[in-house]
Amino acid sequence: MASIALIAHSSPDAVVAYRTGIAVTARTFLADVAHLATCMPRGDHVLNVCKDRYRFTVGFAASLLAKKVSLLPSTHSPQFIRQLVQFAPDVFCMTDDPGCDFDLPQFRYPDAPAGDTAPRAVPAIDAEQLVAYVFTSGSTGTPVPHKKTWGRLVACVREGAQRLGIAGGRSYALLGTVPAQHMYGFESTVLTCLQSSNALCAERPFYPVDICANLARLPRPRVLISTPIHLRTLLGADIDLPAADLIVSATAALSPQLALDAEQSFGAPLIEIYGSTETGQIASRRTVATHEWQLWPKVSLTLQDGRAWAQGGHVEQPTLMGDVLEARGDQRFILLGRTEDLVNIAGKRGSLGYLNHHLNAIPGVLDGTFFVREEEPGSAGGVTRLAAFVVAPNLDAASLLERLRERIDPVFLPRPLLFVERLPRSTTGKLPREALLSLAAGAAECAPANLGRPWAR
Amino acid sequence: MSEKASLLQQTSAPEPAALEREIAGLIVQALNLDIDPRDISPEAPLYGEGLGLDSIDILEVALVVSKQYGIQLRADSEENGEIFRSLRHFAKYVAAQRMK
Repeated sequence: MASIALIAHSSPDAVVAYRTGIAVTARTFLADVAHLATCMPRGDHVLNVCKDRYRFTVGFAASLLAKKVSLLPSTHSPQFIRQLVQFAPDVFCMTDDPGCDFDLPQFRYPDAPAGDTAPRAVPAIDAEQLVAYVFTSGSTGTPVPHKKTWGRLVACVREGAQRLGIAGGRSYALLGTVPAQHMYGFESTVLTCLQSSNALCAERPFYPVDICANLARLPRPRVLISTPIHLRTLLGADIDLPAADLIVSATAALSPQLALDAEQSFGAPLIEIYGSTETGQIASRRTVATHEWQLWPKVSLTLQDGRAWAQGGHVEQPTLMGDVLEARGDQRFILLGRTEDLVNIAGKRGSLGYLNHHLNAIPGVLDGTFFVREEEPGSAGGVTRLAAFVVAPNLDAASLLERLRERIDPVFLPRPLLFVERLPRSTTGKLPREALLSLAAGAAECAPANLGRPWAR
Repeated sequence: MSEKASLLQQTSAPEPAALEREIAGLIVQALNLDIDPRDISPEAPLYGEGLGLDSIDILEVALVVSKQYGIQLRADSEENGEIFRSLRHFAKYVAAQRMK
């Protein structure tokens, strides 16, 4: 059976990571992985929530060696953790945070480095080995697991590294502002480091000055792997930006103007990646040059009834994409927008069906619906949130939001949450968008004081 | 700690309450919140429960205070955990750190 080496680095002294700017060699990394693999608890499923990207990567690699499956959810709400236990009763949580309070057996990442750093052979992993489940929220309230095998993950990120021009043998230092547990961060920082002989940065800086400081202390060539939200904040912060050799963006489409600003400010090309949790990365574009996305060579798109299915190559099974796409020849497409049921708030994707399920499952809620507002003209590229209407005469906003926070990712919490007497359902029970829009307008006119987030008081 | 306290005391203009109101207005405007800035309790947490801001909002707020007051927020600064504990804490931090 085909197997693929854990890392592509050709020498034990090649750099795999930078922690606080200090290089970690392949020799040290392999020793850390081997050591951790021997001390992990029983249980075939790992919820790896290590915040430090190096520790996450050692934890993931050790799980590969111990034939444990990593679980990569999109949210950590208490309800989701309970569902995770139902899915995998032997799951344990691997964490580097002493304050971690997930209701799971906990395994603290060992802080002591492995003692034995004698050179060792690079482990080979069976290409067919099931290495991860990534979760999407699904549309019924139950998260949907998606299988990821080692060979397909590797095929995806090797093509990705080609596209980014960082597969040529030079070691690039990769700084990510996205978590290692999110599919984009997992592929673009963790796997791309392992499989393209690059080096990841253990830190995940948040504020613009922290991002700049971390980037500046990495050796060149260096890559910033980020999102439209972080790039917009970086460019708007009025600070000196260090030079970079490549900028990568994903999670939402970047405006051509922001892409141009980023290229000029960092003095580097910016490449956008398109993908989904289910498929991983499947297309890319140089945003300043073209609005067309180019598919990974072995991946194809099939358009059917206005919906786009991705399949082939590393994609595990034909997958319905959440966006409306228009083909431009065999290998290219343009993005026209989201399909009706799906929302994407700051890179977190969910279906309105899933959100409505949770809203209506709260005791005391008689009827309720989430609602996508029009883009607000004044928001200037900021994140537009969801609104919700709810019929719940015996609940107040604070307790309803508390219940909701237990169930869904906070990014989807409604703003505003509007209490109404009834929803404008048609005779068939449907909620026409026009009716919701006029309900929203009416609510704004009659009762501005109740519009916002009353729990702020 | 005492050094920080004296720094806070030296900062006299504008009045703390006025600065709180000004910052509340900036937050409401930057985040498109449909509430009156005066309704933000000075003592309630800004992050998570309370006002309900999340990390995306915090980035937006960071951008606004950098433009308005010349302050660059940092994750590693000592006071970081305290800054968003309430509007009052945030206003004190701004008063102590502002460059403009």
